[in-house]
Amino acid sequence: MSRRLGHVDRVGVEERVAQLGTRSIKTTAKQQGIRLAVSMVDLTTLEGADTPGKVRNLCAKGVCPAPNIPEIPSVAAICVYPSLVATARAALQGSGVKTASVATGFPAGQVSLEAKLRDTEDAVAAGADEIDMVISREAFLAGDDARVQQEIARIKDACGEAHLKVILETAELGSYDHIRHASMLAMEAGADFIKTSTGKASSGATPGVCLVMLEAIRDYGDRTGRVVGFKAAGGVSTSKEALKRLVLVKETLGDEWLTPDRIRIGASSLLNDLLLQYAKTETGRYGRPEDFSKE
Amino acid sequence: MTTEQQRTSIVWDYAPAPEATDHVRLADRYGIFIDGAFRDPAESRYEPTLNPATEQPIAEIAWAGAADVTAAIDSARAAQPKWAALPDRDRAKYLFRIARLIQERARELAVVETLDGGKPLRESRDVDIPLAAAHFFHYAGWADKLRYGVNAREVAPLGVVGQIVPWNFPLLMAAWKLAPALACGNTAILKPAETTPLTALLLAEICQEAELPEGVVSVLPGGGDTGATLVRAPGIDKIAFTGSTAVGRDIQAALAGRPTSLTLELGGKSANIVFEDAALDQAVEGIVNGIFFNQGHVCCAGSRLLIQESVLDEVIAKLWRRMGRLRVGDPLDKNTDVGAINSAEQLQRIETLVAAGEGEGAHRRTIACDLPEHGYWFAPTLFTDVSPAHRIAVEEIFGPVVSVLSFRTQAEAIEKANNSRYGLAAGIWTDKGAKAFEVANALRAGVVWQNTYNHFDPTAAFGGYKESGFGREGGPAGLRPYLKVVR
Amino acid sequence: MSASRISVRKTYKLWIGGAFVRSESGRHDHATRPGTNGDAGQVNIPRASRKDVRDAVAAARKAFGPWSARTAYNRGQILYRAAEALESRRDQLAAVADAAQVDAAVDVLVHYAGWTDKFQAVLGGINPVAAPFLSFSLPEPTGVVGVVAPDAPELLGLVAEIAPALAAGNTVVAILSEAQPLAGLDLAEVLGVSDIPGGVVNLLSGRRTELATALGAHRDLNAIVDAGGDAELGAELDRLAAETIKRARHGDAVASYEMAVADALERIDAVTELKTAWHPVGA
Repeated sequence: MSRRLGHVDRVGVEERVAQLGTRSIKTTAKQQGIRLAVSMVDLTTLEGADTPGKVRNLCAKGVCPAPNIPEIPSVAAICVYPSLVATARAALQGSGVKTASVATGFPAGQVSLEAKLRDTEDAVAAGADEIDMVISREAFLAGDDARVQQEIARIKDACGEAHLKVILETAELGSYDHIRHASMLAMEAGADFIKTSTGKASSGATPGVCLVMLEAIRDYGDRTGRVVGFKAAGGVSTSKEALKRLVLVKETLGDEWLTPDRIRIGASSLLNDLLLQYAKTETGRYGRPEDFSKE
Repeated sequence: MTTEQQRTSIVWDYAPAPEATDHVRLADRYGIFIDGAFRDPAESRYEPTLNPATEQPIAEIAWAGAADVTAAIDSARAAQPKWAALPDRDRAKYLFRIARLIQERARELAVVETLDGGKPLRESRDVDIPLAAAHFFHYAGWADKLRYGVNAREVAPLGVVGQIVPWNFPLLMAAWKLAPALACGNTAILKPAETTPLTALLLAEICQEAELPEGVVSVLPGGGDTGATLVRAPGIDKIAFTGSTAVGRDIQAALAGRPTSLTLELGGKSANIVFEDAALDQAVEGIVNGIFFNQGHVCCAGSRLLIQESVLDEVIAKLWRRMGRLRVGDPLDKNTDVGAINSAEQLQRIETLVAAGEGEGAHRRTIACDLPEHGYWFAPTLFTDVSPAHRIAVEEIFGPVVSVLSFRTQAEAIEKANNSRYGLAAGIWTDKGAKAFEVANALRAGVVWQNTYNHFDPTAAFGGYKESGFGREGGPAGLRPYLKVVR
Repeated sequence: MSASRISVRKTYKLWIGGAFVRSESGRHDHATRPGTNGDAGQVNIPRASRKDVRDAVAAARKAFGPWSARTAYNRGQILYRAAEALESRRDQLAAVADAAQVDAAVDVLVHYAGWTDKFQAVLGGINPVAAPFLSFSLPEPTGVVGVVAPDAPELLGLVAEIAPALAAGNTVVAILSEAQPLAGLDLAEVLGVSDIPGGVVNLLSGRRTELATALGAHRDLNAIVDAGGDAELGAELDRLAAETIKRARHGDAVASYEMAVADALERIDAVTELKTAWHPVGA
């Protein structure tokens, strides 16, 4: 079945993000931006080697990233595999930080729908507040939009009260036209957030990808009145990159979108760079890795 | 005027990000530049050049008079045969030196360009100065390849050329003029605009640093009278002018019956055409870039926005919202999108035409923004309900003002776009390549941008049809106006 | 110069993939460094092997994508900077070649730096086909170009064969003169400090016939430019080229600046491919 892809001009997108990349964020704006970015971080560990101990350390870090800098807020969420949700939830008790879980055969999603539903149900039962699912790229690339959407709708049901973030895995979709199309499919199917990537593919939340998805969110919101959030994941590993994404949000959707209720950044090493850069704005000194605990 | 922009509360504001100016070395006073040196003008007249963002004077600039014009022509004439007789590769090397020096002094030049003219630092830093260097680099490479550029066995320069440049891209326009002229073996007398002489004078310093032979380049700052004198002076083999159509017409009339070669790059009222199958968000960026880049002080600005009726409301809504994000203010702030209007006179012209537009019945919207107390400012403005006969649809405003018209079919768009005395540029926004090329073929415009706008490159010829001028700058076509074919 | 100071002698290396390496074979040859100071006399140079040629072609292939993807303007600036680098090392190169050669070589680099964004307009263009199509022809770099450098002039002759290939957007593997390799090996140091990305130029010293035939036989080479002046080798290179229909050009050693630039367009044409595209015009 043939689909009608939206028109997105790649050269135009990349010129726009290059220009926005020259925004100069200094002094108070930089400090505030960094604090905002920290509050939007989904602090993530998704490794085969994850254990309860590792997750507990990460949770402590996420709740209080920098004990010596009290104005640095907690992160938005901790993101783990379903088997570690219960550990995370216990460690985050009373902190306000959410427990997010990947599900649906993350990252490749090459399992049956039944397995994807079971994966989701397990995570929800273990107490996940948020579920990050992957769309079926296999269905999408075969042109089967209906199946892509049906899966999302079924997973959304299985989420119950939990919020659903839908990962598009933009590096695998082909072009910006496809990314916009996939964004619309996901939002129409009930996503609460759309997310760029799993962080496991060759590229993730490049500025161009982010701009295209933010514009899709804006257009969908204009059309339906529904607010769908955005999560950038993969490739946002420095403060500079994080601030660039905030600029994109500000200039595409507006200041009212600069809140962790609508914007998240999936990250692991980003957090310490945010702290290092924050410290530099205070002390004037370029920092070093040892200035903050890794976990 | 109606409708203020919706202002929501600011969660995250960009802090002031002023470009440092302490590394810039400007003299208090600049003379005229003849025979490789600065000197007082014959009548010792000096005028201040102002920063249009603050109305404060930056430096005192010599005002060249008739005697100075004569001296410059004599100097250029004396230097020309030796310059043309140099091995081609030597002329090339001088121009390469100038290109590299512009790159080395890039930030300084960008700051001065912004101070003198009012354009945002981001533009002078990212567009004007790099393109100026690139033009010199490109034409340096033609100097020893002329016979390939114009397909001839032997070519010769014209001699002494007079070049008059405008205030909207001062250094860049100087580069567009000087680089090809010099590459071809001519000597040149540059007359920068009255309100923006500084970067031309710094370019003269760069010529000194490059050890360009004396007399090859002269710089005569001054006013309209200086330019008029230069145009009419005997001993000029060619005049190249970029500026308003009105002045271009005067120049062409003044040279009637004379053998002086002439090229003109004049005004425009370029149509930016958005079809329903365009990538709309990128089209909106292109519209914004087309008319608000450099405050709309652009000869090829996309000042007539033609939108296909089926997407008219959608595009206007997106455009208006996008306009609300434009940051207007201190040109030296790195985050400024729209800077100051170049002069009080230009501001007056814009205000007059905008008032005319309102009077004609068009619907005006101007974005809400805090404008500084001093300086010349005009907030980006959108006119809808514009008829093709309105003054704001016909006359060049040369400011941050866009007039929207609609069309139903491709044929209508072409007809409306071509229905202008001007023919400098056009933009076409569509996702269908075949349509883009068909429309491009039909438009009577010298530059057609497809799914982009205001892109310039030294290799790509630029110039107008009809009353937007004649002659081309850029690429091998840009050599022709500065050469004659011997055989 | 103090007679009592012991000099630190240069170790000559091959330049492959942007790195200075010894031959993987570990073999060496001798060369004579001219002059009268402590550095003069016999020196050891690497004797490259077929495997070094293989590595060089692999490096050149890897570098080709990014090099050809840069803007023409950028390539021009890089070649100009190579000229700057050579000019500022004039004395060093003059000691192994001669000052006039160095000057000419610098000017040749400048000349070809100025071609990078111009040959397209001269060799390509719009085709006014008799049908509603926009048709254009555009010259593109052929890919990895092999160069066999002449014995004399050892620096100018080498630069004159490399520069056009680079200006056209190709990457290069060059076999230096067997008799006079030192200027080419020093040139590697000069290019190594310019902005030329690693792998775009690769310079190998050793036995000419051995290396040139290994290069000419490599199936992933797109073109061979031979200025070696050895007719028998030239014929063998032609036979090898036929195996994969490589483009082949033979020429005399470039002896002067004028000779290097006189047929610039032909040299560029020899290492470019003309692509013609058609697009309908009509809504």
